Amino acid sequence: MKGTVGPVLLVLAAILAFWYVACVPMNAREVLTQAERGGAVLIPPSARERIDAPLLPLLWQNSAHLDQSWSQLRPRLPSPHQVMVEIWDSTVTEEVFSHRGIVQSGEWSNRSLIYHTGVTLSATVLGFLIGAALGVALAVGIVHNRAMDLSVMPWAIVSQTIPIVAIAPMVIVVLNSVGVQGLLPKAAISAYLSFFPVVVGMVKGLRTPDAMQMDQMRTWNAPGTAVLWKLRLPSSMPYLFASLKIAIAAALVGTIVGELPVQRGGLGARMLAGSYYGQTAQIWAALFAAALLAATLVWVIAMLERRMLRRMGAAG
Amino acid sequence: MIVLAPALVVWLSLWAANAILTGGGWDRHPAVRLAVPLIFGATILLVWEMAVHLLAVPSVILPPPSAIAAKFLASTSVLWGDFVQTILKGALSGLAIGCALGLVVAVLVDRFDFLRRGLLPVAGFMAALPIVGTAPILVMWFGFGWESKAAVVVLMVFFPMLVNTVAGLADTTAMQRDLMRTFGAGYWQTLFKLRLPAALPFIFNGLKIASTLAMIGAIVAEFFGSPTQGIGFRISASNGQLALDMVWAAILVGALAGSVSYGVIGLVERWLTFWHPSQRL
Repeated sequence: MKGTVGPVLLVLAAILAFWYVACVPMNAREVLTQAERGGAVLIPPSARERIDAPLLPLLWQNSAHLDQSWSQLRPRLPSPHQVMVEIWDSTVTEEVFSHRGIVQSGEWSNRSLIYHTGVTLSATVLGFLIGAALGVALAVGIVHNRAMDLSVMPWAIVSQTIPIVAIAPMVIVVLNSVGVQGLLPKAAISAYLSFFPVVVGMVKGLRTPDAMQMDQMRTWNAPGTAVLWKLRLPSSMPYLFASLKIAIAAALVGTIVGELPVQRGGLGARMLAGSYYGQTAQIWAALFAAALLAATLVWVIAMLERRMLRRMGAAG
Repeated sequence: MIVLAPALVVWLSLWAANAILTGGGWDRHPAVRLAVPLIFGATILLVWEMAVHLLAVPSVILPPPSAIAAKFLASTSVLWGDFVQTILKGALSGLAIGCALGLVVAVLVDRFDFLRRGLLPVAGFMAALPIVGTAPILVMWFGFGWESKAAVVVLMVFFPMLVNTVAGLADTTAMQRDLMRTFGAGYWQTLFKLRLPAALPFIFNGLKIASTLAMIGAIVAEFFGSPTQGIGFRISASNGQLALDMVWAAILVGALAGSVSYGVIGLVERWLTFWHPSQRL
C-alpha cells in the first residue's frame, strides 16, 4: 500500500478536471440558447440551425458565450460544485434552517438526504441480516447433508444468472397488494440478493478444513456439533467476511431498486423523482449519498473482520 | 394448513427419493448427479403448482407454473422481440464494449505502476458502488433506445473486468517471466504468449460476473424509460395490467438468456483454459 495516496489524489483530480471540461459540450446547446435569449449574437444565429450543427465547431465559434456552462438551472451534466451545493442544501440547510428540519420540528425532514439515506439504510441492514443468517444456515445444511448439496447447489448457481433484481418492483407491488408494506418488502429483496454470495462463500469456507484436521477431530471422538463449532466455523471466517462484503453491496442495490416503484422515501425513490422532474443535481446527490453509504457499510464489515481475525489470533 | 397436506406429501416423498439416491454410496455416479438436482427442480415446480391450486391463490398474485409456461409458448413472437431489444442489442453490445475497455485499461494499469497505485484503488471502490443508480442519468443522455442500456451495462461490467484482469496479469511467477527473458522475448511477446493466457482463468471469472451484471443493468435501465419493447418494459407494463403470467414469462426469458450465456462462457472457458487445475476434474 506504500505510496498510493499521491497517485490516488492525482487520479481523483484528473476525474474532477475531466468532469468540469465535460460540462461544456454536455450543456453547450442549452447554454447557447440562453446566451441568444440574453441578446448575444451567435454563429449560426438560431437554435434550429444549431441543433443539427456539429458540436466541436459550434463550441469553437461561440467560445465567448460558454461561461454559463457550470451554472445551469437544469443541466444535463451538473458541475461538481453544483452537486456539492445540492448535497449541502438537502442536508445541512434543510435540517437546520427549514421549518421541516430537525432543529425546528424535532424530526428529520422528509425532503432531506439524511432522511432518505436512513430509510435506505434500515431496509438494507435488515435485509442483509436476514439474508446472511439464512445463507449461513443453508450452507451448514449443505455441508452436512449430501442430498442438499447435490440438489440445491446447482440451482443456487443457476439462480445467480437470473436477473432477479428485475422482479424487485413486482415483488414490492405484489407484497403491497397483500398488505405487507414499508420496510419488509424492500428488505426481502435485499435479503434475496445478499443470500447467495453468503451461501457460496460459506460452503467453500466450511469445507476448508483439510483431511488431516478432520482426522484429528475424529481421533478426539468429537461429535458433529463440536466439529462444526470448533473447526469448521472458525476456519470459514475469512470466506464469510469476503462474501459479507459482496453481500452488503448487493443488498444496497436491491434496496435501491426496490424503492423505485413505491415512492415512499429512500435513495431509489429520490433518484426516480429527480429523473421525472429533470432535477439532475438531485439524482447526482442521491448517487453520491448511495456511494457514501456503500463505502461506509463495506468499511464497517472490513473493520469487524479485522477485529474478529485479530481475536482469533490471525496475523494482521 | 391442512389443505396443503398433498403438497407436503409430494415434497417429502421426492425429498426422500433424493435422500435414498444420495445415501447408498451412489452419490458419485454421473446419472445420480444429474438426476438429483432435476428431481429437486421438479419438486419446487410441483409444490408451487399444487400450493397455488390448493390455496386458491389468485393469479394476479402468483400464477401457477403451468399458466406461465402456456403464456410463454403463446407469446413467443412478442417475447422474441423483447429478447432482441434487451439482450442482443442492449446487454450484449454493452458487455462487449465494457469488457474490451476493461481489458485494455487493465493492460495499461499493469504496464504503468503509477496507474496501478492511483487508478486501482479508485476502481476497487467503484466496483462496490450501486452503479445501477446511474441508469436515470444515462437514459437522459442517450435517449430511450438500446444505446442508453448499453451505456449502463458498460459502466457496470467495466470495473469487475478491470479488477479481475489486473489480478490475472499479476499471476505469473518470476521463474516463468525469467524464462521468457532468456528466450529474448519482448514486452508484447511476453504479454501475448505468457501473461494473457495465464490471466485467462481470472478473465473468465470476471466475464461470468459481468454477464450476470449485464443482464441486470439492461433490464433495470428499462424501468427509467424504454421503447415499447424489451424485457424490463414488458415486466413493468404487464405488471401494471396485472398480467402476472406475462411478467413471469418475461422473467423466464431473462433467466434462460442468463443461464445460456453463463453456460456458453463456461464452455469457452473449458476449451481455452483446459490446462488449469480447476478444469482437470
